[in-house]
Amino acid sequence: MTPVYFIFLPLIFALFVPLLFKKLPQLHTGWFVLAAPVILAIYYASFIPASMHGETVISSFSWIPSLDIAISSYLDGLSLLFSLLITGIGALVVLYSIFYLDKNREQLHNFYVYLLMFMSAMLGVVQSDHLISLYFFWELTSISSFLLIGYWYTRDRSRFGAMKSMLITVFGGLMMLGGFILLYVMGGTYSIRELIVLAPELAVHDFFLWSLILILLGAFTKSAQFPFYIWLPDAMEAPTPVSAYLHSATMVKAGLYLVARFTPIFAVSSVWVWLVTGIGLLTMTWASFFALRQRDLKGILAFSTVSQLGLIMSLLGVAAVAFHVEDAAGTVFKYASFAAIFHLINHATFKGSLFMVTGIIDHETGTRDIRKLGGLMSVMPISFTLAVIGSLSMAGLPPFNGFLSKEMFFSAMLSLTEFDVFSFDTWGILFPVIAWIGSVFTFIYSFYFVFNTFAGDYKPDLLPKRANEAPIGMLISPAVLAALVVILFFIPNLLAEWFIKPAVIAIQPFLYESPEQVDIHVAAWHGWYSTELYMTLGVYLVGGLMYWQLHKWQKIYNVFSDTYSLNGLYDAMIYFSDAGMNRLSRLYMTGFIRSYLVYMFGFLVLITLGTLAITDAFALDFTGTSPIRAYEVIIGLVLVAGTITILMAKSRLTAIIALGAVGYTVALFFVIFRAPDLALTQLVIETISVALFLLAFYHLPQLSRHEERMPFRIGNALIAAGVGVTMALVAFSAHSQKSIESISEYYKETVYSEAAGGNIVNVILVDYRGFDTLFEITVLGIAAIAIISMIRLRLTRKENPHEK
Amino acid sequence: MRSNDVIIQTATKAVTFIILLFAIYIFFAGHYTPGGGFVGGLLTAGAIVLLMLAYDIETVNRILPVDYVKMVGVGLLLAIGTAAASIVFNVPFFTHAHDYVQLPLLGETSLHSATLFDLGVYLVVVGVTMIIIRTIGEDA
Repeated sequence: MTPVYFIFLPLIFALFVPLLFKKLPQLHTGWFVLAAPVILAIYYASFIPASMHGETVISSFSWIPSLDIAISSYLDGLSLLFSLLITGIGALVVLYSIFYLDKNREQLHNFYVYLLMFMSAMLGVVQSDHLISLYFFWELTSISSFLLIGYWYTRDRSRFGAMKSMLITVFGGLMMLGGFILLYVMGGTYSIRELIVLAPELAVHDFFLWSLILILLGAFTKSAQFPFYIWLPDAMEAPTPVSAYLHSATMVKAGLYLVARFTPIFAVSSVWVWLVTGIGLLTMTWASFFALRQRDLKGILAFSTVSQLGLIMSLLGVAAVAFHVEDAAGTVFKYASFAAIFHLINHATFKGSLFMVTGIIDHETGTRDIRKLGGLMSVMPISFTLAVIGSLSMAGLPPFNGFLSKEMFFSAMLSLTEFDVFSFDTWGILFPVIAWIGSVFTFIYSFYFVFNTFAGDYKPDLLPKRANEAPIGMLISPAVLAALVVILFFIPNLLAEWFIKPAVIAIQPFLYESPEQVDIHVAAWHGWYSTELYMTLGVYLVGGLMYWQLHKWQKIYNVFSDTYSLNGLYDAMIYFSDAGMNRLSRLYMTGFIRSYLVYMFGFLVLITLGTLAITDAFALDFTGTSPIRAYEVIIGLVLVAGTITILMAKSRLTAIIALGAVGYTVALFFVIFRAPDLALTQLVIETISVALFLLAFYHLPQLSRHEERMPFRIGNALIAAGVGVTMALVAFSAHSQKSIESISEYYKETVYSEAAGGNIVNVILVDYRGFDTLFEITVLGIAAIAIISMIRLRLTRKENPHEK
Repeated sequence: MRSNDVIIQTATKAVTFIILLFAIYIFFAGHYTPGGGFVGGLLTAGAIVLLMLAYDIETVNRILPVDYVKMVGVGLLLAIGTAAASIVFNVPFFTHAHDYVQLPLLGETSLHSATLFDLGVYLVVVGVTMIIIRTIGEDA
């Protein structure tokens, strides 16, 4: 079994979930689901030794061979690291959810099917080497995330949040698809590895900048960068295990993955460096500032995630500079990619555990409002310990892993000022300053999160539930993650050997040959004479003082209006597209079928005649036509007479009979022109539709003439004549102009040899164009459902107004 | 609505079976001569409609207690299943297979997987037509 098939393992598990949920109600479905990430994590772990030496595993299977589309798995350091995060944290989250979600009250089968679907999608995103399959999995993460956010779909906020995340991330995904297609146009291949080899040629292409910006849009929307971050706080309506998994550890990191993966292609561009670094830093500082405005624990964590994602994003931007500076100077920038990966791992551990602790608080106290919480330290000592570990790591304090990567972050930002590429020598000083401000706020909100919840006064009368320590099962997962937070502080270099260095190779493939060459040693202590040390001490000092006085200056957040914000803009856009477009459609959706027919036929005439005129396609050529015989003229006259009778009919019965006559006459034409299949079908159809009319006949209203006014009738006559003339012209032209050989000869020759049939019409229906028929009968089925819902359901509601 | 139309009712009893037999013949003959699942389905529906005209909808529902909604579902599944079965044999979606076999009584006969697909079409056409007619007829 090649790795590419393992991407689908969670989906296969998902097939069994509804079955198990029904058949084994006494078992929590989560125990079964847990097996999927555990198996996968063990499987992917077996690739670590190979990846440490820079080996990669490629496997693929063809999906749509005619379009050169394949699902391919490319396991190098970067995708292996992500795969392990997805499955490892996935296992912990599933374990946690078993205790978090009540098996009696929750729709577990839905939940776990979505979660497994997400897991497959995410593995697909990080392992795909093929752009189209990457896009396919990318959107699948958006869809499964939409389903998970809207999991409690009876709540308005859940649906609103799900919709928002979907609109924003799918918008970005579509932009990204555009970027991918441009890459394909430029490079002629869908394979990312091959595109990386072609990078120097791509860089001079006209489309290069466009594809860069489009792909960045995809990455920024997914990773909730400014100004697209607004969906992430609303996504917190999802159950907490989902928030811990999707919105901190995995899905939002897909954007980071994308930036890291495409760095070798786009790093040559200064736009890339400026955008990724600049937007990253802006997001980091902006979100860390607004995190302190939040009252909801998950809201704080959401803004904190946005901020941390910005931090990693900016590091990836700095890492791209390494492609532009020579040897000695370059080593500093190599640092940045290392720090980005390092912080990504650290963030997954501490933020995952913090989300789970938030879930515990919510579960045990019934609220997440930080104003009601406080003093939980003595009631929930274990949760408190876990929260402290996570928060202090987030704040960048030793001895937790966040400290190490924060130091490296400062180093990377400081290094920007020292080089004279892309005018960083002048503007570069801004970066460490902004980074420092962001870090101060990060420090404050970390303290705000943990100490406003656990320290201070215990307010039991404000809590909906009596607070208790969480059951042991719920504590396992956050405890494992919190333990990692501490362990990673002491063994960063082992982590580097195993995971970070192989991943760095993927980001900066031109700089290194093998992971051993990445000579970066992580140290907690840089000596007394390092700027980083003083920056860190400054963060502690200023952050501590500001946290101490938080209650005094937190009021400034009240000046920020809700209406004139990005969220307000989003709401206005939704309102406009909803109400504004509704009003627009009401202008032309009159409710009268005749208006719609006028539009349709009007456009038919205009567009067809216009096309005929523009392309000069009209031709009249009567050579090779058969003579018109007398009885054909007679049938034609009957046809015309029948049609006129329909138009003039005063009663519905006359109209129905005339309509039937027209139909049978057309069938007669088919008989004469030797199309027995068509004739047969037409005859039966006519019979049945006449019978249908008769069935409903009694209850149809009398024919009425709505529009007796002359202008209307003249307009209708014009359109009717136009349609007739147009169709006649099209028919004549189609007969007279034959630019390519008719396909009927091919059918005639192959119908017996290929399909072993004698009747071309039927063979075309079921074989040559079987797809058409399949979709046609699907349409028929949908039409039947529509008729049932329109007529029968309306009837039942009329009869039993109190039901449903 | 009880009608008392002796002539049409007596004729219907015989004619319905003729139409049904003809429909089955046309369905199977479709691969070589005019016919096929679509027309066969329409003819079958026509036979049932004739019954409805001669008697009334309730009586016909009693004679043929068929859930047409399920029929459409089965037909769609059959059609897509035939098309998808080709994947199991590692050939492109929608590849049909056919072969000549000796059958007792019938002699040498050609069997087509396309017929299964056509059967799906047949079921959907009968189902949809009957749904439309019954829904509108019952409402009316």
